[in-house]
Amino acid sequence: MGFLLQMIITGVVVGSIYALVALGFVLIYRASGALNLANGEFVLIGSYICLTLVAVYQIPFIFAFLLTLVFNVLLGMIVERVVLRPLINAPTISVIMATIGLSSLLAGFAHMIWGYQTQSYPPVFPSTPIRMGEIIISPVYLWSFIIVIIMLILFGLLFKYSKLGLAMRAVADDQMAASSVGISVKNVYLITWGFASLVAAVGGVLLGNINGVDATMATIGLTVLPVVILGGLDSILGAIVAGFLVGIIQNLTAGYLEPILGGGLKEVIPFIIVTLILMIKPHGLFGKGGIERV
Amino acid sequence: MLRINNVEVVYNKSILAIRGVSLEVPDGKIVALLGSNGAGKSTTLKAISGLLKQEGGAITEGTIEFEKEQIHGMDPDKIVEKGIFQCIEGRRVFTHLTVEENLLTGAYTRKDRKNIPDDIERVYHYFPKLKMLRKKLSGLLSGGEQQMLAIGRGIMARPKILLLDEPSLGIAPLLVKEIFENIKQINTEEGTSILVVEQNANIALSIADYAYVLENGRIVMQGSVDKLLSDESVKAAYLGFDKKEKGDIREVKSYKKIKRFV
Repeated sequence: MGFLLQMIITGVVVGSIYALVALGFVLIYRASGALNLANGEFVLIGSYICLTLVAVYQIPFIFAFLLTLVFNVLLGMIVERVVLRPLINAPTISVIMATIGLSSLLAGFAHMIWGYQTQSYPPVFPSTPIRMGEIIISPVYLWSFIIVIIMLILFGLLFKYSKLGLAMRAVADDQMAASSVGISVKNVYLITWGFASLVAAVGGVLLGNINGVDATMATIGLTVLPVVILGGLDSILGAIVAGFLVGIIQNLTAGYLEPILGGGLKEVIPFIIVTLILMIKPHGLFGKGGIERV
Repeated sequence: MLRINNVEVVYNKSILAIRGVSLEVPDGKIVALLGSNGAGKSTTLKAISGLLKQEGGAITEGTIEFEKEQIHGMDPDKIVEKGIFQCIEGRRVFTHLTVEENLLTGAYTRKDRKNIPDDIERVYHYFPKLKMLRKKLSGLLSGGEQQMLAIGRGIMARPKILLLDEPSLGIAPLLVKEIFENIKQINTEEGTSILVVEQNANIALSIADYAYVLENGRIVMQGSVDKLLSDESVKAAYLGFDKKEKGDIREVKSYKKIKRFV
């Protein structure tokens, strides 16, 4: 019983980070109808920047973290302005191809500057595990979870109640109509990319604190893709629920199935679930698929 | 006063949509722009509101002036700020937003945020039905209700001039009458000038002060509503046949021939 709970709790923490990175995908998909395949690189770069600030420049973690967020927002906006703005009326496939190119470019830069070695964060969170009955949680997991939940709540409130959130939802719904009411679609794109890059940075810093940073971190972009599809590409709630779901299932697989069936199943299982769910619900768990009047 | 001078619009650098179109919308008046499918009515409106760019169109000649200021070439959001609001064709409400959120999007460019709750009430005064539906997702509304919402969204922007693109499209005839009465009411109570594009000439002329007829991208006729209503060729082409002419296709053809020289 203790083992099961332990696995579920680890799954929830990893899943919360998936949810956050998936949020970045969903924001961009909703605004421009394209998948940002460079999302994993945003995560990687965010993680490296914070690490450099903390380890090399000796800036206290909390300030380094905030500086990283600022840096990543700017990075996201610059990418939008330089790479995606010229493609605003282009077919979706062109936009996706551009993001693939972008991912190679950003990954290349990251390797040039930081190399391939795994680097670890200096201990930021206390290392004595917290004990709750039979279950042991390390503080870094607990803190990650808390930070993610705060971010998700903030974004939820922003979307539901702010003027900017309303504009973002309006653009996601109908771009032409959004322009007609005076919403600047260009500005909404710019801000969306900034946000997407910001949540990626948070994910990167948290993952870096848990596992250390190396070039393979960018593959989280790929791991999160099934999460996004499972939740329904355009649903923020879906991304969050699916993030937790995939995190938990992955960890349970690692705990119970891998000892029997062999290692590596953990990496495959999200894709298997997605395939199964899409057979039953083609728009994902929470995807819109269009409102039909009867 | 909105004034369009000799405007030419080309799509994708190759397709000529309208040419030499000039028209005026005086303050506080209702002007109707009539014409059949593909005549260039919507293009004319999009040229004014700046939405043309998103569809690959461009104004290649002529000027558009609003209150003595050149507005062509501006981004759509800037044009809304100037006080020109277009209710685009086919209602296009935000289907995944509630009715009230849709109304709020209409007020997006407004600087006086504190008056917005009053303005929402004003929209409900024109369209009481929307008040009952205000928490409902607007994608679930009927066509007529969506059209009311689309016009309500326009009122929320407090525009000086409202451009309406086929408000009768796909709506039950009884509701069409009601909606046009509402448009007239908005014009008199708010003092908003209105430029309405319609295929349904009868209903548009019933509320308009002045009208233009657009055909193949050119203005072929214009005049006060009384003048157009008494014009035989307009009656034949847009208001339905007189009984005695019914079925005689030659009459229509000769009308078309004459008109080319206008």
